[in-house]
Amino acid sequence: MGITRRLFTGIAAAIGMTAMVAGAPGMAAAEWSPKKPVEFIIMAGTGGGADQIARLLQGLIEKKKLSPRPFIPINKPGGSGAEALRYLKDKAGDDHTVLVTLNSFYTTPIIQKDLGVDISTFTPIGRMALDTFLLWVNSDRKEISNLESYVKAVKETGGTWKVGGTGSGQEDSILTAMMEKEFGYKVTYIPFPGGGTVAKNLVGNHIDSTVNNPAEQNEFMRAGETKPLVQFTPERMAAYPDVPTAKELGHDIVYFMQRSINGPPGMSKEAQDWYINLFKTLFDSEEWQTFCKEDGLTCDEWVAGDALATFHTEQARRHKELIEAVGAAAITGE
Amino acid sequence: METILVALAGGLVEAFQPLNLMMILLGCTVGLFVGAMPGLGSVNGVAILLPITFLVPPTAAIIFLAAVYYGAMYGGAISSITLGIPGASTAVATVFDGRPLATSGRADKALTAAAIASFIGGTISVVLFTLFAPPLADFALKFGPAEEFALMVLAFATFIGLGGDDIPKTIFSILVGLVLATIGLDIISGKPRMVFFDIPGFLRGINFLVLAIGIYGIGEMLWTLEKTGGNVIVHKVKMTWAGFVENVKSVKEYIKTTTLGSVLGYFVGTLPAAGATPASLMAYGLAKTFSKDPDSFGKGNVSGVAAPEAANNAASTGSMLPMITLGIPGSPTTAILLGGMIIWGLRPGPLLFTEKPDFVWGLIGSLYVANVFTVLINLAFIPIFVRVLTLPFTILAPIIFVLCIVGGYAPTQTMHDVWLMLLFGIMGYLMRKLNYPVAPAVLAIVLGPLAERSLRQSLLASQGDPLVFLERPISAICIALAVALMLYPVINGMLKRRRAAQAE
Amino acid sequence: MTVRQAELLMAIATVLMSLGLMWSSTDGLSISWVSGKGPGSGFWPFWLSLGMLLASLATLFRWFTGATPESRSEEPYISREALTVVGVSVGALLALLIGIHLVGIYVSLLLFLFFYIKFVGRHAWAITILLVIGTPVFIFALFEWGLKIPLPKAVTEEWFYPVYDVMYGTDHFWMYIFGIFATLAAVSLAIHKFAQPQKG
Repeated sequence: MGITRRLFTGIAAAIGMTAMVAGAPGMAAAEWSPKKPVEFIIMAGTGGGADQIARLLQGLIEKKKLSPRPFIPINKPGGSGAEALRYLKDKAGDDHTVLVTLNSFYTTPIIQKDLGVDISTFTPIGRMALDTFLLWVNSDRKEISNLESYVKAVKETGGTWKVGGTGSGQEDSILTAMMEKEFGYKVTYIPFPGGGTVAKNLVGNHIDSTVNNPAEQNEFMRAGETKPLVQFTPERMAAYPDVPTAKELGHDIVYFMQRSINGPPGMSKEAQDWYINLFKTLFDSEEWQTFCKEDGLTCDEWVAGDALATFHTEQARRHKELIEAVGAAAITGE
Repeated sequence: METILVALAGGLVEAFQPLNLMMILLGCTVGLFVGAMPGLGSVNGVAILLPITFLVPPTAAIIFLAAVYYGAMYGGAISSITLGIPGASTAVATVFDGRPLATSGRADKALTAAAIASFIGGTISVVLFTLFAPPLADFALKFGPAEEFALMVLAFATFIGLGGDDIPKTIFSILVGLVLATIGLDIISGKPRMVFFDIPGFLRGINFLVLAIGIYGIGEMLWTLEKTGGNVIVHKVKMTWAGFVENVKSVKEYIKTTTLGSVLGYFVGTLPAAGATPASLMAYGLAKTFSKDPDSFGKGNVSGVAAPEAANNAASTGSMLPMITLGIPGSPTTAILLGGMIIWGLRPGPLLFTEKPDFVWGLIGSLYVANVFTVLINLAFIPIFVRVLTLPFTILAPIIFVLCIVGGYAPTQTMHDVWLMLLFGIMGYLMRKLNYPVAPAVLAIVLGPLAERSLRQSLLASQGDPLVFLERPISAICIALAVALMLYPVINGMLKRRRAAQAE
Repeated sequence: MTVRQAELLMAIATVLMSLGLMWSSTDGLSISWVSGKGPGSGFWPFWLSLGMLLASLATLFRWFTGATPESRSEEPYISREALTVVGVSVGALLALLIGIHLVGIYVSLLLFLFFYIKFVGRHAWAITILLVIGTPVFIFALFEWGLKIPLPKAVTEEWFYPVYDVMYGTDHFWMYIFGIFATLAAVSLAIHKFAQPQKG
């Protein structure tokens, strides 16, 4: 009995001392910095574009020793990012969680109405890049050399033209629906898990066309397996000087994927400023700019804080219009 | 051929650079222990160590990560055998016979078999990789959704006869696994399915490891507690040199199934959609179907440990093929390796072999070396692992419970999964007491999502015409093989009866 | 409860579960074969749940006819001794999980291990203390230190801030790896030395 009591007194004393030590350094801190490892939430699975970016940033933060605590990438891919958004919402007021987004940041709350997430409450940090889309076909398709011959080929099939994508409700399905509306044809949209698998199925001729990101197709293009027909940017990208934009050809289809960093609702101002500084440093780093160039990302302009909030509001409104214009059913199928 | 040999020799020289050799050794050891922890697999090891590899040149880094991946494949078997918990999803099939062997005092035999089979699987697959990488990459491209579905049908066919004696209960077990696999967002329609009570955790779906650790970890512990009443499972372990030699010699018992499992594992591994888990399950199913003594499977047959272990190692090498040549990850681990390569400025794709031969052949060379190191490290640790079983169960059980809970939390980092795991564990225990077989449910939850998705993709592509599976040559062959496999036990039984009748 | 009774109850439970899954899979999903597209989103779960229902009904039918050994057995489903040891374990696990939500994983682990090893296993103090302290330390070292997977700490989060200072204050990664293996070795050596089963 005596041992038990002595043991418990000892444990209690130890806990008390730890708590005191814990309290002390917090008071003296002048500038905010993370006190524990930062959860780096990725709203998609391992291996995708968002995941690659998060892991690259994590690596750069460690290499350059930019943060006193590590960033820990955690994938929450459930429900097209719904899982990640709900998680962030429940983390309101937390200063040690940030989210890497893709456009499902806008579309998922619109399509899954009962999710109860309002992205305008999230704390904007910074926009790292804009990803772009191109229309790709297999190089075996000798008869298709430009947008016109493409549209003709699709129309001839009468709706059996197979477009691969990464899932109903994802960016490429919206773009596919936009194209259906613009050109007045119907296609069969076949979802695959991940852009890499889509690219592989195009090379293997299991599907007829895709709207992949540059990074997913560049290597196949260099090997002569696939070819881009159109890009959906306002102006031609430096990496594809010979590929016309849809706009040049008289079709108003411009679509971007943003890759930005956001915090949960109610993050403290000090923490937000610290993260904005950190990601600005990363954005300006040589490594990041090289990565952007090689991966066909657009990283010209740093947008952070309130400017990013404005950008989000604008994009969310645009996505709402797009989804209403093409009809949610056209995107989600059934 | 000659060019391959020259390139390979260059690769081996690269692997024997002091820095790279150190990376292999360290990677194998780290991987072995990470793989042995329930719930932690190669994916954790690789993901966490990725940033560290900024410190060394890319070739050393990829060698290090590949060694971790390799070591983890070996390590997964350790907890499957000694604790009865699959150390990783790839080691589930190893539990089926590894655990019975361990509880009957032959853990050393099972562990040795796992190590040696892994070595054989790894070596055969690296040789295949060296010789046939480009043609196999072309073959992998031919696999569209229809072929994937046919492969899944073939996988299910290999499990015929894996269930218990009670047919309705076996069917129930398979179906419950398939239905649980559909929970979460349906990528084809973009709709959430069966999100019970609007709990956000179900949006992600049920992680296969949650079911496997629940049933085999917690359920198995409760079952053993009931059987032993808290006493030691295995009292004395004799670990002698002679016993070790004996164990190594018994390789001839399982060399055939191991070779078959290795080749199968390699091919399944190269297909981007499949990966090591289905490969190991298929190898187990085939080993049982073609065994002379199928009834001893699940009760402690060494071939039942060797076949899946050979296959999962072979598949892990195989899944590097689509990663390097197509830039498509064959498994979550290779997905992260791929991310690493991109960070280092290496672009995986059809041109990597010709543009960066040093890198590719250095990696292949290191796989040969990693194989040898890992089997040696593994064999050296067996006496320590076996000791775990001699602990009193009232010490082992709480530690295993703790490992299950932490292991259930780690992959997804949600408490939701830990609660589900406990629920599955208790349900599994209660049902097992009534002779419901649990293995089919675990198999079904692995293959279910792949099967459903590829079926629906193929039918979308064919405008709803189911004949597509027979019109395409590769898928038709797979389906024919599946039918043959399903009929095999029937025909075999008939032949036996006829022979018995003739003999009389 | 006898095995026979348990078999009936389980069959009824699986029937209810199948019905629940069937009902759930019709919620906003198409369970039919969509012409030109193949199975709808609810097709796979609905018809497979129907299969579960049929299999459960078959088990129920076999219970009435007494076709299975379980439906004839009058043995107790769980013996009194087994119920105690299994019940205590399940209860302790439930308490552990609830504890993780309230006071974080490390405090809960401490209490869980202490309860199990000292009160269920009745082991000596030396081994109890070694494991009660050693296991959480090992878990912390491996997960938070080595693998950088943060485990839930609930209200105890701030206690760890000084630990993080030490952890991330230095940048000798190899020391961390070594630390993990040293802890592992020390714990296993100690277990080997002390954990002989008690007499009686």
